[in-house]
Amino acid sequence: MDENKMTQTGERLLTVDNLKTTFMIHKTKVEAVRGASIHVDDGDILAVVGESGSGKSVLMKSIMGLLPENAQTTADSLVYMGRNLLEFSADERRKMRGKEFAMIFQDPMTALNPLKKIGAHLTEVLMRYRKLNKKQAREEAIEALRKVGIPSPEKRLDQYPHEFSGGMRQRVLIAMALCCKPKLLIADEPTTALDVTIQAQILELLKQLRDEEKMSVVLITHDLGVVASLSNRISVMYGGLIMEEGLTDEIFYAPKHPYTRALLHAIPQPTTGVKERLEAIPGMAPSLTNPPAGCPFAERCKYACEKCESEIPAYRQYTRTQRAMCVFTEEELNAMDKEGKADGRTE
Amino acid sequence: MIVMAKNKSDQKRRIENVLSALKHDKLAIASLVFLVIIIALALLAPILPLDPNTTDVRNMFQPPSPEHWFGTDDIGRDYLSRVIYGGRVSLLVGFLAMITCVCVGVLVGTVSGYCGGWIDSILMRIVDIMSSIPWMVLVTVISLFLKRGLKSIIIVIGFFTWMEIARLVRAETLSLKEREYVMYAKFVGIPGYVIILKHIIPSVLPTIIIAASTGIANAIMTESSLSFLGLGIQQPMSSWGSLLQNAQSYMQNAIYMAILPGLLIVLTIFAFNKLGNLLRIFVEPRVMSGEKD
Amino acid sequence: MAKYIIKRILAAIPMVLIITVICFALMNLAPYDAIDAMTTPNMSPETVALIKAKYGYDQPVYIQYIRWLDGLINGNFGYSIVTHQSISADLAIRIPNTIKLILPAYLLAYALAIVLGLIAGSHKNKWADKLIDGICAIGIALPTFWVSMLLIYFLGYKLNVLPIVGMHTIGQENSMIDYLRHFLMPFIALFLSFLPDATRYVRSSTITQYSEDYVMVQQAFGASKAEIMFKHVCKNVLLPIITKLGMALPMLVTGAIITETIFGWPGVGPYFVKAIQGMDYPIVMVILVLSSTLVILGNLLSDILYCLTDPRIKDLG
Repeated sequence: MDENKMTQTGERLLTVDNLKTTFMIHKTKVEAVRGASIHVDDGDILAVVGESGSGKSVLMKSIMGLLPENAQTTADSLVYMGRNLLEFSADERRKMRGKEFAMIFQDPMTALNPLKKIGAHLTEVLMRYRKLNKKQAREEAIEALRKVGIPSPEKRLDQYPHEFSGGMRQRVLIAMALCCKPKLLIADEPTTALDVTIQAQILELLKQLRDEEKMSVVLITHDLGVVASLSNRISVMYGGLIMEEGLTDEIFYAPKHPYTRALLHAIPQPTTGVKERLEAIPGMAPSLTNPPAGCPFAERCKYACEKCESEIPAYRQYTRTQRAMCVFTEEELNAMDKEGKADGRTE
Repeated sequence: MIVMAKNKSDQKRRIENVLSALKHDKLAIASLVFLVIIIALALLAPILPLDPNTTDVRNMFQPPSPEHWFGTDDIGRDYLSRVIYGGRVSLLVGFLAMITCVCVGVLVGTVSGYCGGWIDSILMRIVDIMSSIPWMVLVTVISLFLKRGLKSIIIVIGFFTWMEIARLVRAETLSLKEREYVMYAKFVGIPGYVIILKHIIPSVLPTIIIAASTGIANAIMTESSLSFLGLGIQQPMSSWGSLLQNAQSYMQNAIYMAILPGLLIVLTIFAFNKLGNLLRIFVEPRVMSGEKD
Repeated sequence: MAKYIIKRILAAIPMVLIITVICFALMNLAPYDAIDAMTTPNMSPETVALIKAKYGYDQPVYIQYIRWLDGLINGNFGYSIVTHQSISADLAIRIPNTIKLILPAYLLAYALAIVLGLIAGSHKNKWADKLIDGICAIGIALPTFWVSMLLIYFLGYKLNVLPIVGMHTIGQENSMIDYLRHFLMPFIALFLSFLPDATRYVRSSTITQYSEDYVMVQQAFGASKAEIMFKHVCKNVLLPIITKLGMALPMLVTGAIITETIFGWPGVGPYFVKAIQGMDYPIVMVILVLSSTLVILGNLLSDILYCLTDPRIKDLG
C-alpha cells in the first residue's frame, strides 16, 4: 500500500470495485447498480449522493449482503479490512453485520420491533457478539444510549418504541450500531423522515461519533446540502453508476461532471451571494429495466454528444482524489458554456 | 377530463398486468377453462341429449357404464343428466345470490360512506348487528319464514351475506370522497346519487368484482350446505347439495352418487376463488411489482 | 385502559338488547306460533283463551317481551313446543357435548395452522409455501358435509373401523375408548374445516410481518433467520391470534351444526336443525339470541385481550 496515502487519509477500510446488482422481478431483469466503485478510508465520512432510483441504497445493501433473494450481485472486488467478502458464505457475512459494520435506515418509526422493549433491541445485539451476561449487557446498553444523547437511559431502556419520538428512535438505532463498536457505519438517508431541527442534531451526532468512536461513516442522501458540512468525501451516483467522486471541497468548488454541476445548481446557495436561478434538471431518471447503452445522464445532459449515447465513458482522473465519468474535460465543458452551445450534438 | 384519461391508460395497464399474470399461471387458466365448460353445460343443458327425469325402475343404482356414464340413481334416472341439471340450479343460485348480495352491499356501502353522519351510524350499526349473528344460524332461521325453494334460498343468501361487501365498499367510498374530482362534482352541485353512480361506483368496481367472484363461491357453498340439511332446494328440483343429501342415504351401495356432485362443488368453488385472487392484481398493482430502491 | 374496557362493555349491552328485540319480533312475526302448536283447530275459543292466559300470551306484546327477557336473564329459556321439554335443561346437556367436540378440533387446528402458516409465510413463493397454500386453497373449497360423507364411507363402511353415528355405543357409556372411537371422525371433519382458513390467516400475517422494516434492520444487525423468526416475527404474528381466539367463543355453540348433524353427535347442531325442521320457534330463538350474544361477548373478550397484551394500547386512557 502507498505510504503516502496511509498517512494522509488513514487505512483503507472498504474497497468496492465494479459492483453490479440486478433484480429479477417477474422474469424481467432490473439493473439497479451497473458497475459502481467506491472506497472508504479510516476516519472518512463518505457521502453517496443521488436521486431516488439512482441505486445508492441498493449499492449499500449489496455491500452489506442485505438484499432479497431475487437479487444477484457481482463485483471485481469487495474487500473489507483486507478480507475479500466475495469469498464469504452468506452466514459468515451475516455474522459481520452489526459487528464489523452496521447500517441504519431511513424511517426510524418502523425500524424497531413494536413489541420489544428498547433494552431488548440493544442487549440482543450485545449478547450476540460479545460474551456478556444479561446484567453486563444491560449496563452496556445504558452506556450506548447515553453516548447517543438519550436522557435518563436507565428508564428509557424499559420502554417500548412507540414511547419514543422519531429522532429518539434514530438515536436508539445508532446506539444499536455502536454496541459492538464497528469500524464502519452505513447510514441510509438517516434524517429524511425527521424534522429539520432533529436532522441537524442527528448529523451532528454522526460526526461526533466519527471523532469519539473512530468510526467511518457512509452517508447516503439525496440532498447535497445535508452533506456539505459533514462529509470529507463525496461520490455522486446516477443510473447505477458513480458519476463523479472527490473531496467535498473539490465536488462543491470544482465539479467536473455535468450531472454534479446540475445538482449544485439545483440547491439554493445563500452563501455565494450571487443571485442565481435555481435550476431544475429536466427529464427523468433512466429506466432500470432497459438501461441506456451510453452514459445514463446523456438523455438529460445539455452537453451530450453522440458518443455519450453509444458507450459508457471512462473515468477521467483530475486529481489524486477526484475523478469523473464524462467524455468532456472541465475545459471543454466551460468552453461550451461560454459559446452558449448547450448541445454538444452535431446538427 | 385529464383525470379520466389518466385513469383509462392506467386501467389498460392494469388489465395487461392481469392478463400477463393469467398467462403465467397454469392453474388459473385451468380454472377459467373449467368454469367456461361448466357454465356452458349448465346453459346448454336443455338442448343437449340429457334426460334427468325419466325413471327406470329396472335400472336402479346402475354403476357407471357406457350407457350411463355416471350410473343411475335410486329410481333409475341418468345421474350425469341429474348432475348437470343440478349444476344449473347451483350456479343459478350462486349467480343470483351474488348479484343480490353485491347490490345490497354496494348500495349500503356507498350510501353509508358518502352520506356519513347519522345515516352512516345507523347503517353501520345494522351491519354490526347482522354480522354478529352467526351466518349459519341466521340463514337457517330466515329460511323458516319463507317457503322453502329456489326463490327463498336466493333471497336468504343474497340478503344476509352482504355485510362484508358493504364494509369494503364503505371504506373505499370514504377515501374516494376526498378526491378532487368528487369534491369538484359536489361543489358544482351535482346531486349525490349521480356522484355515487358516475364517480364512486366505477371506482370501486374492481373491489366489487373480486368480492363477486368469492361471493359466488360462498353462495354455492352455502346453498349446498343448506340443501344438504334439507333446508334449501326442495324436490323435485335438485342442486349439487340436494343430490348429495339424497346420496347420503345410498352411500353404502352407490358411493359414485356422492363423488361426482361433491367433486364439482369443490372444483367450482376452487376455480371462482382462484380467479378472484388473480383479479386482486388489478386492484393492488403492488402485488405484481417487487421491491426496488 | 380500564376506562376503555368499561366503555366497550357498556357499548355491548345495547347491541345485545337490540338482538333480543329482533329475535322476539321475528318470533312474533312468524307465520306459525307457539299457540298454534299447543292448540288444535277443534278446541273451543274458551280453552284457547285459557291456554293463552296460562302461558302469558294474552298480555300486550311488550309485556310478553319483558317476561321473555326476564326468563332469559334468569336462565329460564322456556319450553319446546314440540317436546314440551325445558330448553335450559336440554341445552345444559347439549352445549357441553358440542364443546367437547369443537374445542379440541379448534385448538389443534390452530396449533397446526400456526406452524404451517409460519413456515409458508417465511418461505414466501418457495415450494413449501406453494404446497401449503395450494392445499389450503383446496381445503377452503371442500364442503364439510362432503368430507364427512367420504369419511363415513371409507372409515365407516369400507374399512369398518369407526362407528358412524352418535357419541357412545349403547351400554358402553363409560368407556373412554368407545367415546374416542365415536369422537374421531367428526373431530377430523371439523379439524379439516378449521385448518385451511386459520393457516391462510397466519400465513398472510407472517408475510406482512416479514415485509416490515424492523426485519431488515434486524438482518442489518446480524440476526440469523431463526432469531428473526422466533425472537421477532413470531411474537408479532401470535399476538393477534391470541386475541382472535376470543372471537371463537360463539363457535363453541354453533360452530359444528353440519358436522354434528351428519354424525348424529348429540350437541347443539342436530337440536337446532331439528327445531328448524319442526318449526320449534322457542328453541330457534334461544339459540339465535345465545349465539349472537356470544359473538358480541367474543368480540369484547378479544378487544380486552388485545388491550392486555399489546404494549401500544396499554397506555391509552
